[in-house]
Amino acid sequence: MANTVNLKIDGIDVSVEAGKTVLDAAKELNIHIPTLCYHEDLCVAGNCRVCVVEQEGARNLVASCAMPAQEGMIIHTNTHKVRNARRHVVELLLSEHNADCTKCYKNKNCELQDLASEMVINEHMFTDLVPIKNYTKDQQSPSIIKDDSRCIRCQRCVRTCSELQHVSALGVAYKGDHMKISTFFENPMYDVVCTNCGQCVNRCPTGALIEKNYIDQVWDAIYDKDKHVIVQTAPATRIALGEDLGMEPGEIVTGKMAASLRRLGFDSVLDTDFTADLTIMEEGTELLTRLKKALVDKDSSVKVPMFTSCSPGWIKFIEHQYPEYLENLSTCKSPQQMFGALAKTYYAQKKGLDPSKIVSVSIMPCTAKKFEAARPEMRDSGYQDVDLGITTRELAVMIKQAGMDFEKLPDEGFDSIMGDSTGAAVIFGATGGVMEAALRTAYELITGREVPFENLDITPVRGMEGVREASIKLEGLLPEWSFLEGVELKTAVAHGLTNAHQIMEAIKKGEANYHFVEVMGCPGGCIGGGGQPIPTTPEIRKKRAEAIYREDTGMKIRKSHENPEVAQIYKEFLGEPLGHKSHELLHTHYTKRKRH
Amino acid sequence: MPEIKELVKGLADKHGRTRESLLPILQGIITEERFISDAAMTEVARELDMSAALVYGTATFYSFLDTKPRGKYVIRICRTITCDMKGKKQIIKTLEDLLKVKVGETTKDNKFTLLETNCLGWCHKGPVMLINDEAYTELTDEKVSEIIGDYMKNK
Repeated sequence: MANTVNLKIDGIDVSVEAGKTVLDAAKELNIHIPTLCYHEDLCVAGNCRVCVVEQEGARNLVASCAMPAQEGMIIHTNTHKVRNARRHVVELLLSEHNADCTKCYKNKNCELQDLASEMVINEHMFTDLVPIKNYTKDQQSPSIIKDDSRCIRCQRCVRTCSELQHVSALGVAYKGDHMKISTFFENPMYDVVCTNCGQCVNRCPTGALIEKNYIDQVWDAIYDKDKHVIVQTAPATRIALGEDLGMEPGEIVTGKMAASLRRLGFDSVLDTDFTADLTIMEEGTELLTRLKKALVDKDSSVKVPMFTSCSPGWIKFIEHQYPEYLENLSTCKSPQQMFGALAKTYYAQKKGLDPSKIVSVSIMPCTAKKFEAARPEMRDSGYQDVDLGITTRELAVMIKQAGMDFEKLPDEGFDSIMGDSTGAAVIFGATGGVMEAALRTAYELITGREVPFENLDITPVRGMEGVREASIKLEGLLPEWSFLEGVELKTAVAHGLTNAHQIMEAIKKGEANYHFVEVMGCPGGCIGGGGQPIPTTPEIRKKRAEAIYREDTGMKIRKSHENPEVAQIYKEFLGEPLGHKSHELLHTHYTKRKRH
Repeated sequence: MPEIKELVKGLADKHGRTRESLLPILQGIITEERFISDAAMTEVARELDMSAALVYGTATFYSFLDTKPRGKYVIRICRTITCDMKGKKQIIKTLEDLLKVKVGETTKDNKFTLLETNCLGWCHKGPVMLINDEAYTELTDEKVSEIIGDYMKNK
């Protein structure tokens, strides 16, 4: 039984677990205290002071996010003093903030703007310092724009980058009125160790960190009669898009999304889930081949454990921080890039389209996908494989621009071909999903039997714990795989790059002995991606993950190798997994990047 | 930059490789190099296995950890209120005339850099300046000319 403390907030008694803050206690009572620097995913900073409350007996106002609830405390959240103080805090922040809201990408989606509106701040109480501040704006990254003139120095991004991601591309530089959020030597974001994961973008309360949006370019492509615009949608967008369009977290909107894309004017509405299934075929085969070479042939040039390669944030992380392990990465391109390479080859051939006239657009829960699409390695179709990558949020903007009532849209399906998918592909969107999908297929390939888990749900790899391990004993194998008989396949799953760092250190020190490791760059996997609707919190991630698994359970086919379109593409085009054509189009290599 | 590499390695051997070693290592670089270059910071980050942005943040926080090249002798005049009232403006003018540079600049021969700084704690003997680690107090035009003349000739 945990200790509880009793306190009184605005005259109402409340008991909370010891260690909870005054802010938590107020939440219990449904009393809303405004916050800016506070975020549920991050450690308490207590630097913005917007959440101040009055504590009886205390000389100064206290920051409720940082003040532990104590026995007998009497708190007032709405006194004259409190309201004045909060107002001055916001006014002072505004005096250094480029409040040209109509020209801001975050207009109407900004926590500072919300507060200013709530407090009815109509005029400048303090001198506007923006004109003399000489702020910089970094627009060089293909993924993220950093505009210091909109920054309120709450340091959510700094905490995100270090606590959640172990990257620390962003830090705090200088002090006092010169203090700013800065990369190393104020270099552009694209030139530092940033992984483009966009977790900072997802947590920035203002417009200081935003994704580089390609909304106009997508519209231009759609309006260009000469172009055939293909769109693919990632597994995790279909369970989050609704949140930006007035719906609750955890609602599955696959059908409405397909309908909206068709109405926006995309010529082919296809599904990244198709190439997620294909990834399983390629990556599963690669894993088994690696295991044979490493365990049976004792070929030391083959590296085990094999790491998944679907998450471009994770790829850039390992390229910067663990380049000695690049050989361990699966050579499989991510589903987005497999899709891109096939759209301008296989799809174009089948549909009689001129690949030079195809514009390939992807809808992703991710900002790093923008960078990935622009990588010079990703042009195996003879063209840039994916032309434009946009986030779930950008798609929501387009749907609003087009005047659609999203909730009332009918449920439609994807076009064929490259629109069919399985439950295994959908769960790519949640941490552990790629592992589960791979095990469903690989186990059956080598044993001829389904994975020994009830209803195909490999629960040990599911959940939100940072690092999870699971092992499966390989027994009763088909004759051609008998060399793996008795092997205990050891796997691990990590999400969020801080957990990835932890797993990498364990592997480096020889403390962990895995065969196959899934890493997703963002907490929760793609469902918590940097391009997903804002806010993203632990609770919202949980709801989105539940939706993903619901979608999986509801699918007719739940194993990648049973996807009929996957069978078809191998028969008509690719030949076999890891075959010549696959190598040409679906596999890639990685680049060592500077560590600092 | 092998010298920087060796310098940083030596400092890390001496002070350790934990986060709290960062400050003494940066101070050590200042003593040797007068400023901390981006190459030096990268090297510190590598040696301590920490983010370079963090090293940069620490270096830029402290005014005495210069991140731009400085002359052999860094002159810092106290700009705070007491020294100001005791005539620091005139002292700066004299220094600028003598060195032919403005505040913030370094002489062409890289011998002197002229900077302002916050309170040096010598308010009772202002105006005051530091040349590297040496404090010079109760400055007058004549005294400044003498001190700088000595540095120019003898150091």
